[in-house]
Amino acid sequence: MDYTLSELMVTAAAREIKEGEVVFVGTRLPLLAFALAKKTHAPHAVGFFESGIIRDTPAQEVLYTMGDAPNILGALQCCSTLSLMGMMQKGLVDVGFIGGAEIDKYGNLNTSYIGGRPQAGAAPRGALTRLPGSGGACDIAALSHRLLIIMSHEKRRFKEKVDYITSPGYGAGGTWREEVGLPRGGPSAVITTKGILRFDPLTKEMYLASNHPGLPVEEILASTGWNLKVASDLKETPPPTQEELNIIRAYDPEGFWTGE
Amino acid sequence: MNKKVLSLQEAIARFVHEGMSLVMGTALEALIPFSAGHEIIRQGRRHLTLIGPISDLLFDQLIGAGCIRKVAAAWIGNVMMGSGYNFRRAVETGVPHPLEVEDHSNFTIALALHAAALGVPYLPTKTALGSDLSVNHPGMKQIHCPFTEEKLLAVRAVQPDVAIVQVQRCDPYGNAHLWGNIGISVDAVRASKSVILVTEEIVSPEVIRSDPNRTLIPGFLVSAVVEEPWGAHPSPVQGYYNRDHRFYQDYHEETKTLEGFQKWLDRWVYGVETREAYLQRLGRDRLQDLKIQKGALSAPANFGY
Repeated sequence: MDYTLSELMVTAAAREIKEGEVVFVGTRLPLLAFALAKKTHAPHAVGFFESGIIRDTPAQEVLYTMGDAPNILGALQCCSTLSLMGMMQKGLVDVGFIGGAEIDKYGNLNTSYIGGRPQAGAAPRGALTRLPGSGGACDIAALSHRLLIIMSHEKRRFKEKVDYITSPGYGAGGTWREEVGLPRGGPSAVITTKGILRFDPLTKEMYLASNHPGLPVEEILASTGWNLKVASDLKETPPPTQEELNIIRAYDPEGFWTGE
Repeated sequence: MNKKVLSLQEAIARFVHEGMSLVMGTALEALIPFSAGHEIIRQGRRHLTLIGPISDLLFDQLIGAGCIRKVAAAWIGNVMMGSGYNFRRAVETGVPHPLEVEDHSNFTIALALHAAALGVPYLPTKTALGSDLSVNHPGMKQIHCPFTEEKLLAVRAVQPDVAIVQVQRCDPYGNAHLWGNIGISVDAVRASKSVILVTEEIVSPEVIRSDPNRTLIPGFLVSAVVEEPWGAHPSPVQGYYNRDHRFYQDYHEETKTLEGFQKWLDRWVYGVETREAYLQRLGRDRLQDLKIQKGALSAPANFGY
């Protein structure tokens, strides 16, 4: 069976959503993974989209942004950004689902500044890459009960410590979230193009939980910018079923999101 | 009540001045007031501050055109494709000139406007604790709850000079129906000192008054009403037209370089005096393809007594 690593990544991410959960769906890849989950094992999952949309049925067409017209038609409710953020702050969102540009070993995400944050008003010194910013990612990382992160697995993206924490993971590890005043939550899984990573329940350090079929552990370690720990019971990620692939491909016929 | 209908040119000339702060793109990826943004560029406004949640393309265009001194927003780029190259050029190399950035999240900017809308100096939240967003931020401060002692983030009220909001329909007095993606539009209007509505169509007061729950913007908060069909292209307007995905893809390719962006500006902003000319440049076929394919009316609500 032929599939791209992106298709496997989307499938693996979709499987992390449990039936009936309330999911705050971030922009780009999470849109597709959520649609897949709803069409397979989690038909009653409820999606929050940060423009203020609540859906309990999948949109009829592929979405390029959450604001696309098909995401409105048939929605359960269209309210405000503040309403949904407020519900999430109160504790009503089971899962947050976002993409990442850079991640570190405690699951902190950077979608703002690579190469350091410039001083206010001054020109940047040295190489700086300005990424688009948080959007709702910081909020979703801070306030959902658990966080799913979906991103490409490359050494330049998996750094020991991110230059800037846009979306808080486990900070410096251990009980950091509690100490800074976050009410709950933290990353539960990082689903990548090479495997699935989870977090040690005590230290909160990321470890490899499963490697994708055909991806040797050595390659995954070489693609990670720190000494990545490996689970003693490391498994292989189950490949996508034909049904899952059909749904992804029907939803995204041009392979915009999952083409190699 | 007075009628507030103006041409876009007049509305921008009268209400958007040098150095002002503007909140735009309040419905995130939908109902983005592109034609208003382009008119601001054509009128050569400078030193503006842009305020918004997720900005899909518009802020990148205004930054590249040299209009912007500062941006306070949650996300600036091209949602479908990734980065906005003008935003990157401005922050990374100071081209066309240095840009001050006040980083926000969707929740913090929503709260900042909500606070202003409520008339209080700040609102408390638990978001962004532990994020570098809230470190050394002029509009965020860590506090303790006066009752429970728990850690909270205080988000300072933001009161923009002008809100420019795209709506589906409104009457000549600015009473507006807005549906679909709402985002932070309602608070943005209440928070701002003046409000420009850009509407797909002006309808009679009877139409608006038939559904007061759908009237999300009351006319007494509105300074100007501009009738501008397709004013939000390439973003979608529910019930009117879909998103022009290709336009965003082309923008991503064409504006990778500064020269590419200058050419893009000449073609789509400076080379067209009005939105009508812009639409002509797009072509009737393209517009036809974007128009909604099938209507989907809501069930009527009976307000009788």
